[in-house]
Amino acid sequence: MTVASANGSSGHHNPLNVIVATDCGSTTTKAILIEKIGNEYRQTYRGEAPTTVEAPFEDVTRGVLNAIAEIEELSGRKILDGETIITPNRASEGDAKTGVDIYISTSSAGGGLQMMVTGVVQNMTGESAQRAALGAGAIVIDVLASNDGRLPHEKIDRIRSMRPDMILMSGGTDGGAMTHVIEMADYVAAAEPRPRFGVTYKLPLIFAGNKDAQPQVKKILGEKTALVVTDNIRPVLEKENLGPARNKIHDLFLEHVMQQAPGYKKLIDMAGAPIMPTPAAVGVIMETIAKRNRLNLIGVDIGGATTDVFSVFGGIFNRTVSANLGMSYSISNVLAEAGLPNIMRWVPFTIDEQTLRNRIKNKMIRPTTIPQTLDELQIEHAIAREALRLALLHHTSLATGLKGVQQERTISDVFEQQTSGKTLIDMLTLNLIVGSGGILSHAPRRIQSMLMMVDAYEPVGSTMLAVDSIFMMPHLGVLSTINEQAATDVFVRDCMVYLGTCIAPRGRGAQGEACIEYDLTFPDGRTISDRMTFGELRLYPLASGDRATIALRPAKHYDVGSGAGVPLSQSVEGGVAGLLIDCRGRPLQLPEEQNARVAALKKWYHAVDLYPGS
Amino acid sequence: MAHSYTPGLTVTDRTTVRRRRVLPLPGKVLVQVGHRVRSEQPVARAELPGKVYPVNLANQLSIAPDEIKEYLVKREGDTVERDEILAENKPFIKWFKTEIRSPVSGTIESISPVTGQVLLREPPKVLELSAYVDGVIVEVIPEQGVVVEADCSLVQGIFGIGGEARGEIVVAVSGHDEPLTPQHLTSAMKGKVVIGGSFLPAETMARAKELGVTGLVVGGIHDKDLRALLGYDLGVAITGGERVGFTMILTEGFGTIPMAMKTFKLLSSHAGRQASISGATQIRAGVIRPEIIIPQSGKTSGEAPLRPPHEGIQIGDPVRIIRDPLFGRIGEVSALPPDLTKIPTESDVRVLEVKFPDGSRTVIPRTNIEVIEGAWS
Repeated sequence: MTVASANGSSGHHNPLNVIVATDCGSTTTKAILIEKIGNEYRQTYRGEAPTTVEAPFEDVTRGVLNAIAEIEELSGRKILDGETIITPNRASEGDAKTGVDIYISTSSAGGGLQMMVTGVVQNMTGESAQRAALGAGAIVIDVLASNDGRLPHEKIDRIRSMRPDMILMSGGTDGGAMTHVIEMADYVAAAEPRPRFGVTYKLPLIFAGNKDAQPQVKKILGEKTALVVTDNIRPVLEKENLGPARNKIHDLFLEHVMQQAPGYKKLIDMAGAPIMPTPAAVGVIMETIAKRNRLNLIGVDIGGATTDVFSVFGGIFNRTVSANLGMSYSISNVLAEAGLPNIMRWVPFTIDEQTLRNRIKNKMIRPTTIPQTLDELQIEHAIAREALRLALLHHTSLATGLKGVQQERTISDVFEQQTSGKTLIDMLTLNLIVGSGGILSHAPRRIQSMLMMVDAYEPVGSTMLAVDSIFMMPHLGVLSTINEQAATDVFVRDCMVYLGTCIAPRGRGAQGEACIEYDLTFPDGRTISDRMTFGELRLYPLASGDRATIALRPAKHYDVGSGAGVPLSQSVEGGVAGLLIDCRGRPLQLPEEQNARVAALKKWYHAVDLYPGS
Repeated sequence: MAHSYTPGLTVTDRTTVRRRRVLPLPGKVLVQVGHRVRSEQPVARAELPGKVYPVNLANQLSIAPDEIKEYLVKREGDTVERDEILAENKPFIKWFKTEIRSPVSGTIESISPVTGQVLLREPPKVLELSAYVDGVIVEVIPEQGVVVEADCSLVQGIFGIGGEARGEIVVAVSGHDEPLTPQHLTSAMKGKVVIGGSFLPAETMARAKELGVTGLVVGGIHDKDLRALLGYDLGVAITGGERVGFTMILTEGFGTIPMAMKTFKLLSSHAGRQASISGATQIRAGVIRPEIIIPQSGKTSGEAPLRPPHEGIQIGDPVRIIRDPLFGRIGEVSALPPDLTKIPTESDVRVLEVKFPDGSRTVIPRTNIEVIEGAWS
């Protein structure tokens, strides 16, 4: 096995038997060791340490070395020689426990890549530019468009005040009108945008608009910015061409932005392959899972500062990064966006508002702390549900078909009032939800991860759920770009943990009224015939890899996937949590009265043995 | 866990700090290496480009964009006064004459024959960057700024709001655990940095604003009072630009939490001295914590060196618990068990044992404490 060319920069051509990979998150730096055992790659040890962009270090490599040092202690392998990673592995010299063959990393430390995008029409080129930036793993801090309702001087002020790391300009189809594109270039030039880091370097700006406007844009912005011109992201109205702009974003991120963050220059030198932004790396893995198994998938990576959502529906991949929805740095923003009642609706006890607000703010200012008591854990799980829910709403609004495009319609479509730009997210056709990130990967009981995702996403019909075992998807994403076999082996064996299937009828009713009847046949032939009423939640053990069959007979206004009241038989797959049957209604509605809500939560949490003593 | 790293806040009577003072855009540095500077002294100056005003001449004159040059009275780079004519048409009948006047005084930045727009820019604004702390210039970064070094006492807070300020330290309370009430504030505290104890209620904030207090340093506040003060719910801890009338620094966190005795004693010992303070907080990359810097005159750095930070946590280190249920308690590390331990949430985590001043002990996840960094002694 040799390293495939990463993009030429690694220069490694040694056999890859021992790999160390890190992900520098905004809160924690995670390191994993991957070793070739026989013919298969396995993830063997892991370590973590706080990310050290803070004083006194202000050097991301310190956290990386600390996380790798933990692996050294646990594995007995000598990886570090002072502050240098020993490469390659010295097995050929008779020293099997020294060195690794390659070190690779992903990063979202430093607040990630913050971009501003511009277009001509907000929900056409503006949105295409947004998708291009989000797809490259960026956080889009604003979308400026000629028709965004802001006055010219307001646009200029906005560009000046936001201080993005990079700007992506789009607008106009090739050969179309240029006026608005040039106008926007004038505004950007007039704003004289300054980057967040560094006084002397010029702000990277990508122009991916009307190709006829390129000479004018070069004239206006060539001197004032580090201008890069690439193919139009919307060459014709009916087509998006996001690839070239995304590649340029990655290149400029490495060349300009990461160089400015504390210690990244050293990190880039340490790594044997280009450092990928974490959302880009997780996206690679999510897209691979979906395409390999031909699934419709929603993936989520809930981190400290951001929540990244990925989806593949009908083979179309989309990614959004919800900046400021996260579990540490941004936890207070989840409270601000969701509102206190929405968070409290998941908490199975009463707590006064002041105490809760202070606790959330304390987590914001000391983001590396963990819940020590059960009530603190339950509060964090409540906040996570809201962060997941809000991030999916954001994703749903952006994962759409192209807007402004004339749709071809046949006679069969005449009675369907479809508009262009309809969201691609269809929960009834969703096959798999994959969760990653600290709160999901490190939940003490796997059922907690499953219920957090079920409550936030409200899957309908039959949906499989999985979780990243110890949060290693980013590592595997970057690894897949240099050694696909290693990434695949570890992904299948050590990373993906199937939680089980959730069956949830769509429809609502009164508490206690009949909802579904079912016959559940387990792999050993045992059959259970039972019924559930509206408001009930039930969990059956069904191990990973095992399949059961279930014949569902919904009541007349409940739909399990074949239509209201229509029976359905299907095969369902198990997981570490089991088979969850959720008759709490879709949309999910919790009792509004406080005591009734707490009682309902306690009943549900007890039904699935969610917490110790529940 | 030899390399274990726990972030901590520094509270020390003697240290040397270096503060990088950098302009937001290239400008002129006004001092040289070796110069002794005062905190309020300007060390660099830049001209912030003025505001931009677009004027669409083509629309207003009802002409094609590429024709505007024929109608312009002024050219690119020319200066204009407010109401001065920028462009005009030349009709046969004088009554139909249209004159486009400048909405601002400034210069003509650009003229676009594609859009028909003229961009006017107001005169630049002079931005002066102060030294912030009393000290010596140890580095000049050409066109950008300087590095100032100061021998000082340093207290890092955990969170703050408001920008840089300077004032005399006044201790308003008698103990580290006493809340700062409106009655503690007097008109003599105008322009000063007031040290409180465990809690700052909303009424005290209002009184401080009324009196013109420069800074407030306390153990904790309630989030709801912060929200009322700012007028919005703070989503992420990136602050420093607030204009609420004073700079506020929390040393412990949110809630009623007595200020660490070490911090209170240190600040009290400097009552009457001038301090430079900043509430700017950024809990992300290039982290910024609020701080109180009190210059030390006649003392040299290195008398009580800071422990090298990469040594990691050790038995005997003073620590603050930073998570419920014992949030805000201060003690010292009494044991560092190496094995993973199951805590009530059922998570297996690395823990340490903390001994409190009353002799009681508790086991805490390592990540839920912070070392009170300072001099070794």
